[in-house]
Amino acid sequence: MIEAILLARIQFAANITFHILFPTITIALGWLLFYFRIKYHQTRQKRWTEAYHFWVKVFALSFALGVVSGITMSFQFGTNWPGFMESVGNIAGPLLAYEVLTAFFLEATFLGIMLFGAQRVSPKIHSLATLLVAVSTTLSAFWIMVLNAWMQTPAGFEMINGKAIATSWWDIIFNPSMHYRLIHMLMASALTAAFLMIGISAYRWRKGDRSNGVKAALSTGIVLAAIMAPAQILSGDLLGLNTLKHQPQKIAAMEGVWETQKGAPFLIFAIPNEEEQKNDFAIGIPKLASLILTHDLDGEIKGLSSFEKAPPMTPVFWSFRIMLATGMLMLLTAGLGVFYWFKRQQNLPDWLCQLFVWMSFSGWVGTVSGWYVSEIGRQPYLVDGVLLTADAVSTTPASMVSLSLAFYLLTYPLLVFAYISTLFFLAKKAINPSPRPNKPLTEEPAHA
Amino acid sequence: MPNEVFDQHWLPVVFMILMGIALLLYVCLDGFDLGIGILMRRGNDEEKDQMLATIAPFWDANETWLVLGIGLLLVAFPIAHGIILGELYLPIAIMLIGLILRGVAFDFRVKVHAKYKALWNRLFYTGSLVSSLAQGYMLGMFIMGFDVNLVTFLFSSVIAVCFCAAYCFIGASWLIIKASGDLHKRAIGWARVTMRLTALGIVIISLITPLASSRIYDKWFSMPELILLIPIPLLTAATFLGLEIFFRQFHLVSERYHNVPFIGAIIIMVMSFHGLAYSFYPYIVPEQLTIWEAASSIDSLKIIFIGTVIVLPTIFAYTIFAHRVFSGKISDISYEIEKPPEET
Repeated sequence: MIEAILLARIQFAANITFHILFPTITIALGWLLFYFRIKYHQTRQKRWTEAYHFWVKVFALSFALGVVSGITMSFQFGTNWPGFMESVGNIAGPLLAYEVLTAFFLEATFLGIMLFGAQRVSPKIHSLATLLVAVSTTLSAFWIMVLNAWMQTPAGFEMINGKAIATSWWDIIFNPSMHYRLIHMLMASALTAAFLMIGISAYRWRKGDRSNGVKAALSTGIVLAAIMAPAQILSGDLLGLNTLKHQPQKIAAMEGVWETQKGAPFLIFAIPNEEEQKNDFAIGIPKLASLILTHDLDGEIKGLSSFEKAPPMTPVFWSFRIMLATGMLMLLTAGLGVFYWFKRQQNLPDWLCQLFVWMSFSGWVGTVSGWYVSEIGRQPYLVDGVLLTADAVSTTPASMVSLSLAFYLLTYPLLVFAYISTLFFLAKKAINPSPRPNKPLTEEPAHA
Repeated sequence: MPNEVFDQHWLPVVFMILMGIALLLYVCLDGFDLGIGILMRRGNDEEKDQMLATIAPFWDANETWLVLGIGLLLVAFPIAHGIILGELYLPIAIMLIGLILRGVAFDFRVKVHAKYKALWNRLFYTGSLVSSLAQGYMLGMFIMGFDVNLVTFLFSSVIAVCFCAAYCFIGASWLIIKASGDLHKRAIGWARVTMRLTALGIVIISLITPLASSRIYDKWFSMPELILLIPIPLLTAATFLGLEIFFRQFHLVSERYHNVPFIGAIIIMVMSFHGLAYSFYPYIVPEQLTIWEAASSIDSLKIIFIGTVIVLPTIFAYTIFAHRVFSGKISDISYEIEKPPEET
């Protein structure tokens, strides 16, 4: 049984990790494209169409990867976790159904018009299609975050014969952690898209591309990153306080606290020992964790050992630190970007451009590690306090799960590799383009 | 208790119908995408671009019908979702890998370095073929009640091949509407060949299904059902015959009627689906589980139903809008916002 549950979890984690990489780009990139589109509409400056045309390609590619991995998810809900739908399907079902109905069709249909329809509809309709794509990707994030937040802090239901029955849809949708999680995720998406935009543009910049399109994208990315990086740290802090209230065991794992203590230090480095329920080695800043979480130097933090059902500490502890470090690095990079771009009049030193390029996919690191904190920190529950992950797992033979897992593990890294190299290839191709590039003059439309 | 069936709640029936519509739309709409993916191997480089241009604005939305169909199965009939997807675990995994390859190849092939384009074209073809075969195989296994042995495997494999042919038939019919020039002419030839294979598949399913299940045999071959049902096979046969005659006279037909093969293909799909649905109703897992036994609580079905009634017509409306935007022949598509400047 342990083996089956581990396999099911690895498979689901592999899929969902691969999936989140792409929506986290498209949610915010959709709005950025709408911004470029509107800017062009207002100013008629070519740089906005240049930026639009480059980033719409990135959007289309990311969207396709998000769609195909999302389809896989719709099957895996049932194949890996049949107990989930059996137990809380009355609540999860409608939320998922509303996501498909209100978001998926809208985004997929208007994406076609947004990508290929510009010459077939009026500019107004095309802008509207672009807006609808942005709205629907965000709407999709809304529904899935409602469901996820409900799994973290379930509300508005009662259990009858082992099945959750909805008592208040208002309480289910606006459950205690929904606002914090939705905002944290949307901002994560904004940061991911901003750093991708900065990174790819900096790559072109280093290759000598000083076109107005690159400048437009760079300055948009830098401004967005500079606003979002500090705001995200604040939203993370608020989410942390919310988690302390509703899921204190997760906080204990994040902070590396085994025994309940007053004035807990913020551990910078530690090696948690799950067997002996203590840290083998730890360096920390005294009292800082208590100060952040309770706003009191001697505030009490409950230790992980005092919970009967507790998550494993090591993965939560380290994922949290990776997320924090990424956030701090983003803040620093955004600050440097603002300084050199605006104070030094676009006089970017090469080391900063290099840093920008390295940070291209920092949003992925932050988003994925953040999700690991949230999801592993909820274990051993699938729905906090309601349904254990072990009780939801399927009885599919381990051999079949392993075989399909092997397929996925072979495909996903190759696709991520192809995706990243294609982005840089597109960037290289876009440098100093001739007025009408890459358009093989095949069929000339016959003029009447 | 003879009245029990009539006392059953109507909502599971509605959701069965909705799920059926979603899956039927998936088979018809993504059917032409997948069919064109399989046929793509037969086109030259220029034709490959042209073929994909005819489906580029639609494929994403078309594929979403599968998500809705499976989503409705998941939320309205969770137990059936678990059983069916558990029984079909491997073919589903294979189909998903195929759909992943097909979906990403669509975008990669036009964005990567030219030297890799052929590779992504091949992946697009492979992905389309593998997903279509897997879907046909799953239909066969569903009809056979998931009983895996040599006979059912052979049956399902034959269905898989015919299913691909049916997709190619819809795909070729789509190309007859959307493509021009040589490609248009070649599509007529493809449509004629694959139409016959499709007919063969339908005949095999119609013969084997009543033989495999005495319940289904009784449902069809008893009075007065037989009289009421006879229009289904008759209309299907008439459509095939009509299309055969249409193709023989194609050189006389004006462009206005280029959509006839596609409409015919849709009629055939609808009729076949209808026949299957009648055969298996009220079972959602053949001979094991009825739709009422598998349904979620009526309260949560109500919540979804309200949303569906409001949203589904909206989806239909903007889907039609999108098809009108891209109506007519499509030879070349691009992301460009502005029309290219006129050459002087």
